[in-house]
Amino acid sequence: MSLVADVHVRRGAFDLRLDLRVDAGEVVAVLGPNGAGKSTLLHTLAGLIPLSEGKVTLDDQVLEDSASGLYLAPEERPLGVVFQDYLLFPHMTVLDNVAFGPRSRGKSGNEARRVARDWLERVGIAEKVDARPAELSGGQAQRVALARALAVGPRLLLLDEPLSALDVTSRAETRRTLRQHLEGFAGVRLLVTHDPLEAMLLANRIVVVEDGRMVQAGSPTEIAEKPRSRYVADLVGVNLFRGRAADDHVELFDGALLTVPGAGSGDVFAVIHPRAVALHRRAPEGTPRNVWRGQIAGIDIEGPRVRIRVAGAIPVVAEITPAAAAELQLTPGVEVWVSIKATEITAYPT
Amino acid sequence: MRGRSQQVPLFAIALAAVGAAIFVLPVAGLLWRASVTDVWRSLSAPAVRTSLWLSLVCSISATSCAIVFGLPLAWIQARLDFPGRALLRGVTMLPIVLPPVVGGVALLFAFGRRGLLGSWLNDYFGVQLPFTTTGAVLAETFVAMPFFVLTAEGALRSVDRRLEDAARTLGAAPWRVFSRVTLPLIRPSLQAGAILCWARALGEFGATITFAGNFPGRTQTVPLAVYLALESDPDAGVVLSFLLLGLSLAVLVGLRRHLWDAL
Repeated sequence: MSLVADVHVRRGAFDLRLDLRVDAGEVVAVLGPNGAGKSTLLHTLAGLIPLSEGKVTLDDQVLEDSASGLYLAPEERPLGVVFQDYLLFPHMTVLDNVAFGPRSRGKSGNEARRVARDWLERVGIAEKVDARPAELSGGQAQRVALARALAVGPRLLLLDEPLSALDVTSRAETRRTLRQHLEGFAGVRLLVTHDPLEAMLLANRIVVVEDGRMVQAGSPTEIAEKPRSRYVADLVGVNLFRGRAADDHVELFDGALLTVPGAGSGDVFAVIHPRAVALHRRAPEGTPRNVWRGQIAGIDIEGPRVRIRVAGAIPVVAEITPAAAAELQLTPGVEVWVSIKATEITAYPT
Repeated sequence: MRGRSQQVPLFAIALAAVGAAIFVLPVAGLLWRASVTDVWRSLSAPAVRTSLWLSLVCSISATSCAIVFGLPLAWIQARLDFPGRALLRGVTMLPIVLPPVVGGVALLFAFGRRGLLGSWLNDYFGVQLPFTTTGAVLAETFVAMPFFVLTAEGALRSVDRRLEDAARTLGAAPWRVFSRVTLPLIRPSLQAGAILCWARALGEFGATITFAGNFPGRTQTVPLAVYLALESDPDAGVVLSFLLLGLSLAVLVGLRRHLWDAL
C-alpha cells in the first residue's frame, strides 16, 4: 500500500510542486510554515482542489491524472480526512456525524449507526453519542473527527493540523491517543502541520515544505540534527550557516570565517547549537578558535533557559541559564564577546 | 450605563418621539377606529371572507413559487461566478425598490395578451395570465420573491463551505451535501426569508391591481378589498386593515431575531 503523488497546483501567484511517496508502514508529516502549501496539498489529495498538472495514485488506483484527464471527485476517493478545527456538522449529533460517512457510502441507516457506535467506542467517547458537537471539549471533538474519518474504512488517512486547535493541557493526552490510532490504522497516513513537535512525535518521516517546494525530507532525528533551511533550523532552535568549506574552516557567504576541523570542501551547512555558544564581557582567554565581538540584540526567556540573540559579524543565538545572564548583566545593546569551540560546530555538505 | 443615558440631549428625545409618532399614531388610529366597529359582523360578510381566502391562497402560492424558483436562483447568485452576475442580482432585487404599479405595467408588457411572452402563451397554449388568479400570484411573486432570494443568498454565502468539503470527503455526492448539510445549516434563514416574502405578498397591492385587476373572488385580495371597501363599506375596510396590520406586526415581532441576523 502506498500513495504516490506528483502534485503541481497553480493558484494565482502561488505555485505548489511536490513529489511525494508515502508507504503504508510509515506516518509522514508534511511540515512547513503557514502559507507553504501544506493545506493545498491535503485538499488536492482529497480532490477538493484539482491538480494543475501531475498524477496521484493510491496503491494501484489512479485518483487523478492530468495527462489522461482522469479525476475522481472527493466522494469517490477511498480516503478519510481529519480537518483542522474538525468541522463536525453542528446540526447533527455525534452519532449522526460519524454515521454520515458510512451512510453516504451506501450502508443502510441501521448499519451506518452500528459502525458509528463501534468507532466512537474505539476512540473512547461512546458516552457522547447523543451530544451535539458544540457540547464537546476540544479533545473530544478531535476524537469524534477521527472516528468520523475512520468510519468510512478509508485506505488513505489525511490529517490537517490535528492538534493545533487544542489547548496545551489536552494536547498531550490527545496526541497519545491519536498516535495510538495512527499506529492501528493499516492504510496510508499523511498529516500536515506547522508544529515541529507534533510532526516529530506523530510521524516517523518528515517532509519539510517551504513556498510550495520540498526543502528536506528525513527522519525526525535527521531533520533536527542536520537542518537544511533557516526555517527548519529556527524550528529546532539551532544556528545554521551556509558557506564554502576548505580544510579546517568554513567561509560564510558574507565573508566571515568559522574554524571547523575537518570541514571538508565545497558548499556546506554549518550548525551550532545555542548551548555551545559562550558569552563573555571581556575578551576570553584560552583555546576557543571562534571568537568575535557582538552586541546583544534581544533576550527571550523560555522557562529555565535564556536565549540571547547576538548581532555581529556572525549573528548567533546563545542559550544560557538565567543565573549566567544575570551575572553577565546582559541587557539589549550591551557589547559582548562570543566564543565557540571549533569542535562544537558540525559541517555537512549542502 | 446610567450615567451615559442621562447625557442624551432633550432635543434628540423630542425628535425621536416625533419619529416614533409617525409609526405609532396610524396604528393607534386604526385600533381606535376598529374598537367602535362590529368586528365579527364585518368579518362574516361574504365579500370579506372571499378576499381573505383569496389572499391566503395567493400569498401562499406566491411564497411557494418564490421558494421553488428563488432557492436555485439564490444558489446560482451566491455560488457561481459568471459574467453578468452583478446585473442579474440587480434585476432580481429590482422589485424591492420599484414602485409596484410600475412592476404591474412591466408585467403586462411581458405576460399581457400582446406582451413579450404573453402573446406566445396566448397563441400557442391559449393561456392568459392578466386578470386571473394565476396573474395575481405572478404579481405577488414578482414583488415578494426578492425578499426570499436576498435572505437565501446571504445565508448561502455565510455558510461554512469547509463543512461541505468535509461532507464530500465522507462520500456524499453534491446533492446529498446540499440536502443534508447545507440546507439544514441555512434553514433558519430560509424560514425567515419565506415568512418575510409571504408577508410582503399578503400586502401586495400595486402590481396586483395593475396586472390582475380587481375582480372579487378572482383577483381581489385583501389589500384591494380594503381600498374598495373604504368607499362602500368602511367597517369592512377597517377590519381588513386591522387584520393585515396585526399579521404584519406579528411576523415582525415573531421573527425579530432571525430578521436582524439575516438582513
